[in-house]
Amino acid sequence: MASTRQPQRLELVCPAGNLQALKAAVDHGADCVYLGFRDETNARNFNGLNFDDQALAEGLRYAHDRGRKVLLALNTFPQADNWPRWTGAVDRAAKAGVDALILADPGLMAYATKTHPALRLHLSVQGSATSYEAINFYAEAFGVRRAVLPRVLSLAQVGDVIKNTEIEIEVFGFGGLCVMVEGRCSLSAYATGTSPNCQGACSPGSAVRWEQTTSGMETRLNGILIDRYADDERAGYPTLCKGRFEVEEQTYYAIEEPTSLNTLELLPQLLEAGVAAIKIEGRQRSQSYVASVTQVWREAIDLCTRDPAGFAVRPAWMAQLNKVSEGQSHTLGAYYRPWK
Amino acid sequence: MMGIPPSPLSGKEGDPGSLRSPMRLSLGPLLYYWPRQRVLDYYAEVTGWPVDSVYLGETVCARRHELRLDDWLEIADQIAASGKEAILSSQTLIESEAELKNLRRQVEQGRFTVEANDMGAVSLLGKRARPFVAGPTLNVFNGETLGLFAGLGAKRWVMPPEMSGAALASMRLPAAMETEVFALGRLPLAYSARCFTARRFNLQKDACEFRCLDFPEGLALTTREGEAFLTLNGTQTQSARVYNLLLELPALRAAGVDILRLSPQTEHGGDLARLFRACVDGQMSSQAAWDEALALLPGEPCNGFWYARPGLDQVAPAQAVGASTL
Repeated sequence: MASTRQPQRLELVCPAGNLQALKAAVDHGADCVYLGFRDETNARNFNGLNFDDQALAEGLRYAHDRGRKVLLALNTFPQADNWPRWTGAVDRAAKAGVDALILADPGLMAYATKTHPALRLHLSVQGSATSYEAINFYAEAFGVRRAVLPRVLSLAQVGDVIKNTEIEIEVFGFGGLCVMVEGRCSLSAYATGTSPNCQGACSPGSAVRWEQTTSGMETRLNGILIDRYADDERAGYPTLCKGRFEVEEQTYYAIEEPTSLNTLELLPQLLEAGVAAIKIEGRQRSQSYVASVTQVWREAIDLCTRDPAGFAVRPAWMAQLNKVSEGQSHTLGAYYRPWK
Repeated sequence: MMGIPPSPLSGKEGDPGSLRSPMRLSLGPLLYYWPRQRVLDYYAEVTGWPVDSVYLGETVCARRHELRLDDWLEIADQIAASGKEAILSSQTLIESEAELKNLRRQVEQGRFTVEANDMGAVSLLGKRARPFVAGPTLNVFNGETLGLFAGLGAKRWVMPPEMSGAALASMRLPAAMETEVFALGRLPLAYSARCFTARRFNLQKDACEFRCLDFPEGLALTTREGEAFLTLNGTQTQSARVYNLLLELPALRAAGVDILRLSPQTEHGGDLARLFRACVDGQMSSQAAWDEALALLPGEPCNGFWYARPGLDQVAPAQAVGASTL
């Protein structure tokens, strides 16, 4: 399938865990804001986060008045004994007038297509669609208009996907980095009983313990030692794939360091490849994180769109982004093949 | 190995109230990377095991090439000749055009049923109207999604390992849909583009020197206080503990499960299959089989997922089961 894509505007899609973050995203230049309801129907189901119907209505008004879009994530997998909770969420979102739903479950897509045929659907990263064959399936079966790629493909592979699909491709540009294929990770479920796929949370705060011991600060998840920090080290949140473990008598970050994805330097290539949208991770992060990251990416995207050949990452941007990065460091992740 | 009765392939249905046929056993795909001859020897032995279905093929990493599709097809022929059902399992994470090409070849071989482990496989199989098995990584958690897959040709689905027994019991199953449950082995928990075995040796995946060959049951990952936590198997991460649902057999039966999946390990696979067979056929109590299995497994037991608990938990079933209650 040869793509006949027209050059298009690269959309900046920013996270909102609450109304203040939504306003910060809009004020600092997000084209789209994505958010979720206050329950397990979305993959950032954390205490004190997300939107009820009233906040959603206000957020929609704020964004739409300024010509921006609101995308609602319903990207966990509906449970057999609680199916109406997910279909109810689809109905509420449709009634509220969101610009698109971000879905992962085929059954829920079928429901949305049938019940709200005019509603635009995006395929969530939780759908684990990494090839154009998978992506085109969702397009053909449910009329999905955009797919968010899991953070597993190299830059060249992203380009191949785009050449072989008619629908828009959104990629992650910045933020917390899932090392595992999204939707294909039960590590948190195994360690804590809370699953990103089903309960919408990974390494939940309720399972976390910080303990100052004689051997240093220890961080635990449901009792499992995720890391231990010397006095001169800064202890980080015990996300279970970012701890230090022992393998074959070596203690190291066996899965991944505490680090954030940052693809700012790849912007010209992503634009050239025909990526339709860049997603910023971080619905669980603060309003100031959203403001800061959105501002940098808005500036960078505008400059890059005007003059891709002359685009250079400004040190000030990197400094600003590193300040809010996990472990104050960043990686290109799978986009850069040697990372794999 | 003592105490395991002979194992007929079809036993008497234990539950007199049930009209279902007895539960069957399957051998899941080999998740580790073994040298070619070891794989061939392994499956030659499997032909004599009391399992009904055998899943074949490389599901974890496209770089593993000791066996190619044609080799797997030859093994499938031998498995089929031994009276068992042979199924080809597709790769879980597809990244490149070359991998898609392999997937298409697998789908187009036409002789053996395919287990679809990603949506690309579902799509290709659906378009060719091939009956298929909906694999455990497709994230089927509700009847609506399973119904869609049934419409595309799924005859059987494998429950995601993280799904609980209670959730399974509330699933509305399409007519004639078979249910398979991962019942024994280290749990496949996560997949990545990154290779964690290569990472341990400071190698990149593209130049991994095929280190997985040195670790026939993966690399043990322990916490800094020595607790066995995970197993690194190339791009796949498994549990350190061994999921074992022997004690849950009555509940599995009550939930209408058709097939129990045993996951390959280096040793004792045949003995474990015989223990499961004896239980399923009502010739041995779950508890006795569980006790005997303990020494044959490469790690501590767990069953938490079945009880909607952390997967690594080992929960005592409310009813400690004797053969008489089967």
